[in-house]
Amino acid sequence: MTDIERHAYDVVVIGAGGAGLSAAIEAHQQGAKTAIVCKSLLGKAHTVMAEGGIAASLGNLWPEDNWQVHFRDTMRGGKMLNHWRMAQLHAQEAPDRVLELEEWGALFDRTGDGLISQRDFGGHRYARLAHVGDRTGLEMIRTLQQRAVQLGIDVFMECTITQLLAGNGRIAGAFGYRRESGQFLCFEAPAVILATGGVGKSYKVTSNSWEYTGDGHALAVRAGGTLINMEFVQFHPTGMVWPPSVRGILVTESVRGDGGVLRNSEGERFMFNYITEYFKAETADSEEEADRWYEDKRNNRRPPELLPRDEVARAINAEVKAGRGSPHGGVFLDIASRRSADYIRKRLPSMYHQFKELADVDITAEAMEVGPTCHYVMGGVEVDPDSQASTVSGLYAAGEVAGGMHGSNRLGGNSLSDLLVFGRRAGTYAAEYAASLGGDRPRASEEELAGFERTALAPFSEEGDENPYALHKDLQDLMQGLVGIIRTGEELKQATKQLDEMKERVRRVTVEGGRQYNPGWHLALDLHNMLLVSESIAKAALERQESRGGHTRDDYPTADPEWGQLNVICREADGGIEISTQPLPEMPEELKALFEEK
Amino acid sequence: MGYDLQLRVWRGDAAKGDFIDFTVEAEEGEVVLDVLHRLQATQAGDLAVRWNCKAGKCGSCSMEVNGHPRLSCMTRLSDFDRAETISVSPLRTFPVIKDLVTDVSFNYEKAKEVPAFAPRPKDPDGTYRMMQEDVERGQEFRKCIECWLCQNTCHVIRDHEENKPAFAGPRYFIRYAELDMHPLDTNDRRTLTDKQAGIGLCNITKCCTEVCPEGIKITDNGIIPMKERVADRKYDPLVWLGSKIFRRGE
Repeated sequence: MTDIERHAYDVVVIGAGGAGLSAAIEAHQQGAKTAIVCKSLLGKAHTVMAEGGIAASLGNLWPEDNWQVHFRDTMRGGKMLNHWRMAQLHAQEAPDRVLELEEWGALFDRTGDGLISQRDFGGHRYARLAHVGDRTGLEMIRTLQQRAVQLGIDVFMECTITQLLAGNGRIAGAFGYRRESGQFLCFEAPAVILATGGVGKSYKVTSNSWEYTGDGHALAVRAGGTLINMEFVQFHPTGMVWPPSVRGILVTESVRGDGGVLRNSEGERFMFNYITEYFKAETADSEEEADRWYEDKRNNRRPPELLPRDEVARAINAEVKAGRGSPHGGVFLDIASRRSADYIRKRLPSMYHQFKELADVDITAEAMEVGPTCHYVMGGVEVDPDSQASTVSGLYAAGEVAGGMHGSNRLGGNSLSDLLVFGRRAGTYAAEYAASLGGDRPRASEEELAGFERTALAPFSEEGDENPYALHKDLQDLMQGLVGIIRTGEELKQATKQLDEMKERVRRVTVEGGRQYNPGWHLALDLHNMLLVSESIAKAALERQESRGGHTRDDYPTADPEWGQLNVICREADGGIEISTQPLPEMPEELKALFEEK
Repeated sequence: MGYDLQLRVWRGDAAKGDFIDFTVEAEEGEVVLDVLHRLQATQAGDLAVRWNCKAGKCGSCSMEVNGHPRLSCMTRLSDFDRAETISVSPLRTFPVIKDLVTDVSFNYEKAKEVPAFAPRPKDPDGTYRMMQEDVERGQEFRKCIECWLCQNTCHVIRDHEENKPAFAGPRYFIRYAELDMHPLDTNDRRTLTDKQAGIGLCNITKCCTEVCPEGIKITDNGIIPMKERVADRKYDPLVWLGSKIFRRGE
């Protein structure tokens, strides 16, 4: 027990992406003694990879834009399964959060009048995304990082939290280790904010970085919290497909927003064949109209390439399946024949760079090959929409790890704004909760800590026969193959059975080497989280017998109005995941009215 | 399509270490980081490598490939002859933690020394108006992914530990330049860039610019203009006289 380094804080934030930094800045400003704990170096979190922009109805290009339109777009994009209150707060507060970033030093691209420029994106009625070329995430994380450093917030870099501490059902802190040395850490804190991002590393083809192992989802479940909407996984329609080593890396939606179109091997703009009834009224039905839209948005409808991501991903999947794919199993994304080389380099500098460096493709001269890639999990920790409090006292969640905001499908650009709006809210309420406790703070037991230490060290001592890297690969193959973009009940049952076997295997994982910066050991511990999250996704997907947003069942191919009134909930029971359903919260009449107009 | 790649990897810790030879399977289109991952998965499970996005956007996987500072995720195997042995070692300017991972905390300490952004008040309508051409100068520097390759290659500190306390390095010179060129910022950081960050020690050999994976013209667009601005202040006789009379400046 002498081996544990100890720290005491009011609020501990796990994760240093957009949500974590926003939460920490706010908690600090509220007077809470705050620490940030993150798995990577500061400034490397997955937010850095976000390209397109931050959705906010600033109305700089379209004065008729406002929070009501943004709210409506968001709900329709999520096929009405979003928590209405989160979608409302998000749409109302996003503009202020963007302006706040500017006050902290962010340099957004400008309109002709010198205001923040806004760009078109799928599912948004108006050009709404504040952006910096195609590296908006980098701008956002650097701005927040520099703000946090300026405020003097303590940052514990390259530390992984493996367990939450609880005393009498209330959060007492968090336990983990320093990656650099293997040293164990204990944070005593009555309020913990999960801002750990997503789960993509359970899939083989993903745009997500190694950190996305579902840590926050798993920590919350183990602490007695619940997950919501886990069956909804967003496959971004355009990831790189060639060469193999870059398969899955994101190709920003801005390529389409700025004029790029999707074509199959026959050169056809196939998206016109996939306009569903739901979006028919607002989508162009001829190439001529779609092309005119870029110049005259008032009198023309949007190109079908800018339908929400779930629609486009399913269409690409269907084209490839029908034998009309590109040589490496994707489709063609063409901007070269439609925009000048100068325009492309100016608007999409990192895409130009990425294809040039990694695939030897000059996107100003030839089409890109793209296909769906696991990008985002709509599901997450069930939280109160105003405070981001989970069902466990003292535990909060914000950003991708939280559920409810995006319903069954997230619109592009709504993630960065989500991080800012709900990161800040979590910071406010966590600080307030910590202060309200006074001296009555829950304490973790020493036996509990000793148990966590033993669990973390198990991969060194056990005489197992499993290699963590091999098990990880098997998990990725399983999730990709059986719980991927198109699902069936039979395959999902198979998946849950195989996941049970993997849960046995993970106990036999053994690692070589010592505790100092040992990626094999780190992966061995992360695998427990990935398995728990994968089980949640598979079981929730089996439960929901319909197709909606980021959940497509071949055996239930249409949306079912009854399922449209239900959320699927995951909680831990007997070392596994137990599924239940609960009705959606009722939307107030004045918001319902927004959906009656065209 | 696959072939056997000869890889020489530095393994060790702060106390000792050496290059170890490995034969690793490599595939068409792969980058150095891919084969390091394969090495971890098949032969050296505890090989320490820092990485994150694997798309050249986060700046985590910096190392030296055949002695050149590179992002390993953006270093393609096709740039080398298949028969060639590729050697991979940790960044030399920073203390080794283990294998290919170094202690880069020097950079985070220097970040804390940069005085905060201090914007002017907002326009009466609650916004800030800035023209695109005015934000673009700063935007170039804000492309920086903090991979520390410029810090690693800068000879002022690469083999001169003694210069580290007084020298912030190229990454921070462009940070000072960015703030200096920011249309909203009100601080004058020229004295500081000189005195605390030590821009005078830089003798503009442009090594930093050469290794920048983002193609930022660190020297031409950042350091040289900052040096000129510092010199203006230091040697302008009117400014000198003013600072003596009104006791301002330092």
